[in-house]
Amino acid sequence: MNAPLKGDDPSRSSYYVNDAFYRELIANFSNWQDDARAVTDVAMRDEFRRLLEREARLLDQLLYDEWLKMYAAECVYWVPSTPKAGDPRREISVMFDDRRRLEDRIYRLRTGFAWSQAPASRTVRLITNVEVFAAARDDSRMLRSNFLISEFWGNETRVLTGWAGHRILRDGAEWKIQAKQVNLIDCDQCIRNPSIIL
Amino acid sequence: MTALEKITPPHGRLGGTALYDWDYLVQEDRAHRLIYTDPAIFEAEMTRIFGGTWTYLAHESEIPNDNDFITRRLGLRPLIIVRDGGGKIRALYNRCTHRGTTLCRWDKGNAKSFQCPYHGWNFLNTGKLRGVPWPDGYADDMRDPKYNLAQVPRVESYRGFIFGTLSLDALPLAEHLGPIAKIIDEWLDRNPGGKVVVCEANRFLFKGNWKLAYDNSCDGYHVAYSHRSLLETENRFAGENAKGMAYYRNSPDTQPMYMRYTGHGNHFKDKRPNLEKRPGGLWALEGAHPGMEHYEAEFLRRYGERALLLLDLAGSEPVNINVFPNFSLLGNHIQVFEPISVGETNAIWYGTMIVADDSVPSDAATDINALRMRTQEGFPNFGEVDDIANFEQIQRGLMAVEDEWVYMHRGLGIPDRVKQNVDGTITAPATDEAFMREHFKEWKRLMKSPQNLAITREP
Repeated sequence: MNAPLKGDDPSRSSYYVNDAFYRELIANFSNWQDDARAVTDVAMRDEFRRLLEREARLLDQLLYDEWLKMYAAECVYWVPSTPKAGDPRREISVMFDDRRRLEDRIYRLRTGFAWSQAPASRTVRLITNVEVFAAARDDSRMLRSNFLISEFWGNETRVLTGWAGHRILRDGAEWKIQAKQVNLIDCDQCIRNPSIIL
Repeated sequence: MTALEKITPPHGRLGGTALYDWDYLVQEDRAHRLIYTDPAIFEAEMTRIFGGTWTYLAHESEIPNDNDFITRRLGLRPLIIVRDGGGKIRALYNRCTHRGTTLCRWDKGNAKSFQCPYHGWNFLNTGKLRGVPWPDGYADDMRDPKYNLAQVPRVESYRGFIFGTLSLDALPLAEHLGPIAKIIDEWLDRNPGGKVVVCEANRFLFKGNWKLAYDNSCDGYHVAYSHRSLLETENRFAGENAKGMAYYRNSPDTQPMYMRYTGHGNHFKDKRPNLEKRPGGLWALEGAHPGMEHYEAEFLRRYGERALLLLDLAGSEPVNINVFPNFSLLGNHIQVFEPISVGETNAIWYGTMIVADDSVPSDAATDINALRMRTQEGFPNFGEVDDIANFEQIQRGLMAVEDEWVYMHRGLGIPDRVKQNVDGTITAPATDEAFMREHFKEWKRLMKSPQNLAITREP
């Protein structure tokens, strides 16, 4: 049996990914890009733009520990395999990581035996068109941004592009990323070496 | 009755199979680099292999209703796989008989007819030409069957898996599958109702020849090395209870797992004997996946002793069932290889989910599938990426013209290692390359044999 090692540590066991979690995720990521809920406050928009730019920089610099600290303890990183992002309980995702699997992903890259990243890709991320929307909860916001990742790997440079939705949550003085949905424009097509974190 | 049109070599091109000395290129212990790198050999494969034998096309659950269709390929031929209004599954050439335009550009949908976007020729989903704009501009009878869509003449399903071939000589599908059909039965029958439904995929492209993927499909030799990052990651907290394919790490040939060659290029890696056969045995082998502790606790609370049997349905079945040239069942996936060019291939890992029945009520099935999606994402994300990186590097290595040979002789010549069974199958230890030597005999047979191929059209 896979007995829980520490029931309250999402790095070691996964109790929070349950049916209620999936239902809330699907609800939060449906019909949220509503002009009536757009946040127009310039200072707030700038704060969130900086959050997204910092995330992009940390990933480009492979500073995974710092990057993970931007995420809530109970988080999800979700790359759907269909443009309309169906129910992840009945649809395979390109990636669907809880906290522990995200840490697995990073652990694997650091083993020295992840041949798909030996040598590691070099990336530059452009994050644009940042929009902020009110969320279901007062202490939460939804961010939409477009991304363009230039990735140099295997003697070639290629482009991965699409848009991301971030659900962020107030945590004391900070905002933490609770859910990130990455929508590649070619998510339902065959992708060469999808082994970097998007 | 539909009319068969025999395929003959195009005018101006030499027919026959004498492109190369196939016996030189594929020998008992080694294969020549050209079979992976030569565009002329690839072009020949696209009729003699993809066309000359049964090739997997699609799963019936992808076209569950009448008039459902999906677009796929047989080799490089664009196809519309359709369940017509009478429920018959057809593989129509996605090619207008007028000027050659593809008729349908969608991945899937539901349609009773397909209208060419170029000049408006309209075809029923039986393949029959329904009409053309301004037919009085044609002197001949547009009802001539030659204007109906070409179709793959033989399309057969084995328990939901749809295969097609242009070969008039190929055995009926069930006979062609032979002993591996029973293994496919076992893979299906562990699921409620003996069936699965396809639910999207992890889709990869690699810059390498398609055979590199099939050569890997039964390979037990690479696991400890190519997948070292996966084995280390999934065992980072495992302690004594080794997870996943950890049994490959130490002396894999002394393990009870084995490979079996079953004929026609098909083979089978059976890792099930490594496991203790008990409820929960498969589940206990799973590494860490999102939600697993929650659902496990919930199942134990709700279903008591039955919980372990249910959790096993989310666990990966430890088999690789490979049907030459493009189909594998492994874990809970249907993996399909699609050649694009001599040095480019799609490798698609279709996920499968279970369907509720009397034995598994729908709320349990929903939760099992929620887990089963996550267990299936594990290997493509943390294992397959490293394999395809290695396939790409083989293709690069094979650009070295003077260093000609690829070796596949592991196990060859060692007494009592490779066993010929009375039923005609061959078994060998898990890291043996006997499977590869055998599927190359089938490859060579098809490349050499006079091809008796045809297409068909509605009368």
